[in-house]
Amino acid sequence: MAKRKPKDQAAAETRREALRRRDIRLREEVRQSKRIRPLITPEGAALNLKIATASERAGAFLLDFALLFMAVMMSVWLISLAFSEFGFRGWQIAGSISAVVVFVLRVFYFIFFEVGRKAATPGKRALGLRVAARGGGRLTANAVLARNFMRELEVFLPLTLLIMTAEDAVSNWIRLMAFCWTGVFVLFPLFNRDKLRVGDLIAGTIVIHAPKVKLQKDITSVSPLPAAKGFAFTTAELDAYGIHELHVLEDVLRQSTKEIKARVAERIRAKIGREKAPEESDLAFLEAYYGALRGRLEQRMLFGERKADKFDTGR
Amino acid sequence: MNDRVMKSYRFREEREDEWANLDKIVTRAEKRGVRALSDEDMLALPRLYRQAISSLSVARSISLDQNVLAYLETLCARAYFFVYGTRASMSTRIAQFFRRDWPRAVSAAALPTLLSALCLFGGALLAFLLCLDDMEWFWTFHTGGDSRNPDASYEYLRSTLYTTDQSLADLLAAFAAQLFSHNSAIALFAFALGFCFGIPTAVLLVYNGVYLGSFYAVFWQKGLGAELTGWLLIHGVTELFAIVLAGAAGFMIGGAAAFPGKKSRMQSMRDTGNEAALVIMGAVLMLFIAALLEGFGRQLINSDVARYVIALASLGMWLVYFYWPRRSGET
Repeated sequence: MAKRKPKDQAAAETRREALRRRDIRLREEVRQSKRIRPLITPEGAALNLKIATASERAGAFLLDFALLFMAVMMSVWLISLAFSEFGFRGWQIAGSISAVVVFVLRVFYFIFFEVGRKAATPGKRALGLRVAARGGGRLTANAVLARNFMRELEVFLPLTLLIMTAEDAVSNWIRLMAFCWTGVFVLFPLFNRDKLRVGDLIAGTIVIHAPKVKLQKDITSVSPLPAAKGFAFTTAELDAYGIHELHVLEDVLRQSTKEIKARVAERIRAKIGREKAPEESDLAFLEAYYGALRGRLEQRMLFGERKADKFDTGR
Repeated sequence: MNDRVMKSYRFREEREDEWANLDKIVTRAEKRGVRALSDEDMLALPRLYRQAISSLSVARSISLDQNVLAYLETLCARAYFFVYGTRASMSTRIAQFFRRDWPRAVSAAALPTLLSALCLFGGALLAFLLCLDDMEWFWTFHTGGDSRNPDASYEYLRSTLYTTDQSLADLLAAFAAQLFSHNSAIALFAFALGFCFGIPTAVLLVYNGVYLGSFYAVFWQKGLGAELTGWLLIHGVTELFAIVLAGAAGFMIGGAAAFPGKKSRMQSMRDTGNEAALVIMGAVLMLFIAALLEGFGRQLINSDVARYVIALASLGMWLVYFYWPRRSGET
């Protein structure tokens, strides 16, 4: 073999690295697409609902649990405060009342919020989750009840079992059995495609991830594009990139810092073989390139060609 | 290339206002309910919703603007959930639960209820007969924790059935204690365990029946059978009924999992699960009432006759409420 020039070698190295990254990206895309559950609305259109991951659900639950715990503490504190303030001596009464209040809070915290208009507890709302009926029907109050009564068993019973003391040998065995049994409940969401809890299974519900998104300005609508007219890109220059790069560029334009924008502009210029003009602004260049690239890709899409990314040669 | 000619740009420009309108309506509805919407909003909603849905399908095929797509996806989902979501108010739902859903679900589950009652009372009867035959059996079912055992005297056993101290604090404490006594745990357990084809539910019911039956035998042997029955049944009718129903809910789930019939197993469990949830919700309410009866009723009422009257009245009430034939199809 002839000795390769170091420069070639470096280029090959970069290319290999880029291909490896692309591979990872594609696999991640496949993984993400597995979370999508198409729902056909009665109008015949498909909505792509994204199911919540197990970790999102666990996070939401922990948040709710913390809130519930605080609410319990608060109510107990208020009751005891009231009893001492008004000079009541019946601490036993106070104890009983708080026990009842705690019971009601525990049973109805989740039900109350999920029956509500947003079909989500505060914890779920914070993470952009909501409860929906599987298969797109109505989410009924019964379903909410069913899923939350199972929660009683999935979460609160194991906790009680931990705290409870055994009375005799038989209850000890039952306790152990119950504990293993509830272990099945707790781990259940990890072992099915839709990340369903047993409660979801029984109730026919699903938890989806649908955070609120704000409609931002179209980047190409910044009018007039600052000095955009100065840029004219050839087809060859625009064909250097595909849809993925366009999306990355969109993200860069929408949310990154000035330095990153400058770096990206530099890389694009290097890729398409352009020199930076003396008075050229990076932002204007990026916006102009974004507009032109999107136009070009959309035009190609009209002809049924989707150029997924820069490696996509259309075969 | 002139961006003004871009298809996605023109598409967005033409429809943006309608999306914003829909967004506003849905946001308001999510925050403050349907009542916050004016008549115009209600009229505009279906049209705007359908337009957004069609915008979404168009956007998928022509637009490469990620933000627009993500926005439309969530907007359509939110609008969809609102348009096809539940609208009944909380109070309507609660009324519906008591008037229709609960008794219907219970009476529809007559067979599992019978099975569950058979497990509980069969276990009780078995233990009762065994214990009467030979009191040594009692110690198989119980360990020494309870002072109400075969070695206790008649006077002691009798004294546990009647209360002399009746301060409010004690009553409330008794109420709270009963609320959290193992009954509610058993009820919920019976429901959850049904998931495993109902077998653990049956075991649990029999086990508790045995506990009850052997306890009963102790008093029976000392000639306190009638007194104990009054003491037990004043709240026991409601409580045992609740436990039987919880067991029935467990059997429903178990049956749905084991014998899905023509439906898929998932579908079958889902359909039954919703019904069983109604039954179990009712059982929790009944346990609450039972706790009230036990905490207050039993402590305040020391007359056997009154206890029997309450027990029979509550039994009659529950039976009529659950099984009285109703016209179907009524909302």
